[in-house]
Amino acid sequence: MLPVPLSHYLILAAVLFVIGVVGVISRRNAIVVLMGVELMLNAANLLLIVFSRVHADHSGQAMVFFALTVAAAEAAVGLALLVAVFRRKGVINVDALNVLKG
Amino acid sequence: MDQVIFWAAAIVAALAALRTVTLRHPVSAVLHLIVTLVALAVLFLQLSAEFIAMLQIIVYAGAIMVLFLFVLMLLNLRKDEFGSDEIPGVKFLGGLLAIVLLVEFLAVFSSGGADVSPMPEGFGGIRTIGRLLFSKYLLPFELTGLLLLAAGLAVIVIAREKSPRQTEDM
Amino acid sequence: MTSLIWTIPLWPLAGFLLNGFFGRRWGKQSTGMIACGTVAVSFAISAAAFLSLLSREPRQIIQTPFLWIGVEDFRASFSILFDPLSAVMVLVVTGVGFLIHVYSIGYMGHDPDFSRYFAFLNLFVFFMLMLVLADNFLLLYVGWEGVGLCSYLLIGFWYKRESAARAGMKAFIVNRIGDFGFAIAIFLIFTTFGTIGFQQVFAAAPAVAGIAGATITAICLLLFLGATGKSAQIPLHVWLPDAMEGPTPVSALIHAATMVTAGVYLVARCSALFALSPVAMMTVAIVGAATALFAASIALVQNDIKKVLAYSTISQLGYMFLALGVGAFAAGIFHLMTHAFFKALLFLGAGSVIHALSSEQDLRKMGGLRHALPITFRTFLIAALAISGIPPLAGFVSKDEILWKSFSSPVGHWALWAIGSLTALLTAFYMFRLVFLAFYGEKRYADDIHPHESPASMAIPLIALGILSIAGGWIGWPGALGGGAWIEHFLEPVFAQADAALQLGAHTASRTAEYALMGTSVLVALIGIVWANRWYVHNPAAAEAMQRRLAGFYNVLANKYWIDELYDSTVVRPLIVLGTRIYRRFDLGVIDATANGVATTAQQAASEGVALATGRFRWGAVTFALGCVIGVGWLLFVFVDG
Repeated sequence: MLPVPLSHYLILAAVLFVIGVVGVISRRNAIVVLMGVELMLNAANLLLIVFSRVHADHSGQAMVFFALTVAAAEAAVGLALLVAVFRRKGVINVDALNVLKG
Repeated sequence: MDQVIFWAAAIVAALAALRTVTLRHPVSAVLHLIVTLVALAVLFLQLSAEFIAMLQIIVYAGAIMVLFLFVLMLLNLRKDEFGSDEIPGVKFLGGLLAIVLLVEFLAVFSSGGADVSPMPEGFGGIRTIGRLLFSKYLLPFELTGLLLLAAGLAVIVIAREKSPRQTEDM
Repeated sequence: MTSLIWTIPLWPLAGFLLNGFFGRRWGKQSTGMIACGTVAVSFAISAAAFLSLLSREPRQIIQTPFLWIGVEDFRASFSILFDPLSAVMVLVVTGVGFLIHVYSIGYMGHDPDFSRYFAFLNLFVFFMLMLVLADNFLLLYVGWEGVGLCSYLLIGFWYKRESAARAGMKAFIVNRIGDFGFAIAIFLIFTTFGTIGFQQVFAAAPAVAGIAGATITAICLLLFLGATGKSAQIPLHVWLPDAMEGPTPVSALIHAATMVTAGVYLVARCSALFALSPVAMMTVAIVGAATALFAASIALVQNDIKKVLAYSTISQLGYMFLALGVGAFAAGIFHLMTHAFFKALLFLGAGSVIHALSSEQDLRKMGGLRHALPITFRTFLIAALAISGIPPLAGFVSKDEILWKSFSSPVGHWALWAIGSLTALLTAFYMFRLVFLAFYGEKRYADDIHPHESPASMAIPLIALGILSIAGGWIGWPGALGGGAWIEHFLEPVFAQADAALQLGAHTASRTAEYALMGTSVLVALIGIVWANRWYVHNPAAAEAMQRRLAGFYNVLANKYWIDELYDSTVVRPLIVLGTRIYRRFDLGVIDATANGVATTAQQAASEGVALATGRFRWGAVTFALGCVIGVGWLLFVFVDG
């Protein structure tokens, strides 16, 4: 049995996700943007764990395992890119990233 | 008692997340994110996902966030202070979209419930998950290894110092 | 050795592949040896198989190396049938084919595309062997189409010459019309019989004829349409004279001895079907006889040595169909065999003459060559006597058999015999006209041409074919003259079913009549020869006088009855106009417009859509959030009630 009804977990996940979205759109510092992304990932992980418990199926936790790994890789590469950009431009303002015009 | 733990962890997680995206100083933001992650780990523990909870703390909070801190120190930033947004009103737009999104989520999530199935022995333990990873999800497991290798290589290549000769052709 | 029967077609195929890929690199000597060698191997296996066939009862060998197509009820195997009929065909194809390959080494010796020539020649032999060894209609059709393709490739061998390229196209297209009929016949066979294997179809035929005789007739007529295309009978004969654009050995092999006989083979193979349809039999006989006379008449006035022989071939093929049409299937095949000998010899001899005169082909510019080209002259003379039907040469036996049967068979008619005899007269005449114009009299060619006899590689096949033209007929020496008619008995099991259906055995004609008719045909041949002698050796002026007197008649013949012109105006031109119109209106107007239109539209849309890719991070983030909103909103509407 869950400590609280299922819907509470869902709402928490939704809140975390939305906060992450806000972070991605509103902040100018690229590192904070990345952190917003991490928040969104964690919201998804929470959902996976909850439903894994609900259905007593380990697959959800296995997926979180992979999501964790991928998030690690993504964070690493993202930060490496930011470091490279900083070397070129001296700032990591996301608005400065505008070279890829269509 | 369980309920108390849940509410405590949930509120801490939400508030810390909020401060993560609002604080000016990036280092503070990172620290608050670590708090969020630990709170989530507590929730995981409560949901009998012990292995994942430990992973969350060790890998996510312990490694990834530390990486963030390293990079922040490397870049030696001070407060977040450069110019105005390129697109005026983007913060407002972001807030608006966020509210809409939240409303939608709530609408979706409040509509259904689910019966909780009984929990088998050893659920969430490292042994069971390990077994699963090496049988049913063996291929993704191996591929993840490759992924990490690739990521490691990519990081080395992308972030290394350019030798003086190379800077011309960039 | 007999277990290797199914490999008979494959040796020349190997020759094609080897010479096709490596011939140029390995040089002319290797190419020639490979090409001739593969055909020789096939001949050897065929000969061994033939010998084993003699001691076998029932007289057939069937080998099925593998199943080719198996879809629901439809089964077509790569299956070989070796019975007396296919034995005769295979021996003719590989034997005469081998001689022609050897001849080609000499004839094409100076040609830069030597290896391509032999590659195609081998490929042709492969397809022809597939055709005659097939055990079902589909496999036969594969060979059928294949020889048509090779004919196109070889007629247009000197493709840089426009007339040759056109001739190749003409041959292929006219053939296609016949092939269309053949294909429809195969479809009909399958829907009627549920199978396309020869054994099964022929076994089931009498029963089907009882219920649906009209279907059998339709099938036979469509098969015959295919045969007229391949064997150059009226109305699809027009491609053969133009096919003389190809190298002369090609004309000898494909347009005399083998490919054109495929139609005859087809009808003979399906004798069991044809025998069940009097309409089809009559059609075959009438078309055959008419074509024989028609072509012979045109041959009278041709001035190109190869054109005379081309029309002669059409005419002789008409004889073969005449035989088939009156139920004398064995006689038709027998004539196919002897004709292969002497017609190939005639063509190769003509090639020898052309080669000696540095590519001169006009009879009016020849003359007196019998001294300069003794071997060529003698063998050519033998062939001419054979085709005219002078005993005891090969042509006499087979042609006489046909004429006799067209008179005496229960499904024959004296009118057919009369046409055949008249044609024999014309045959002897035009043949010896050719002989006298080319080899006798004063020389009419340019002074700087010094004709010399051909090299051994060309002369030896001539001699070999000469011997065959003399002795080849002896295996069918008629009973009336004391012979055993061996070949007729050999082929009996193949045609037994047809013979029974036509009730041929019940009728025995009088010996007297047979002798009378035999004498008539010899007499007719002699008249033709003497007449030609009178006009072209002793009194050329008489020929010219006759030409002026019957100028109108002469014109009709010289212009081939204007059939080509007729086809051109009624079929070719309208089709070209129609094709051009469709091309402009539909191909350019609709299809191209649509394709280009799609591309242009995509381009415009893309260039307008490009504006969205601003490359600015913020926009990307906002779009992402917007996407989330829309996505979850969709979830909301689709999955949630209330």
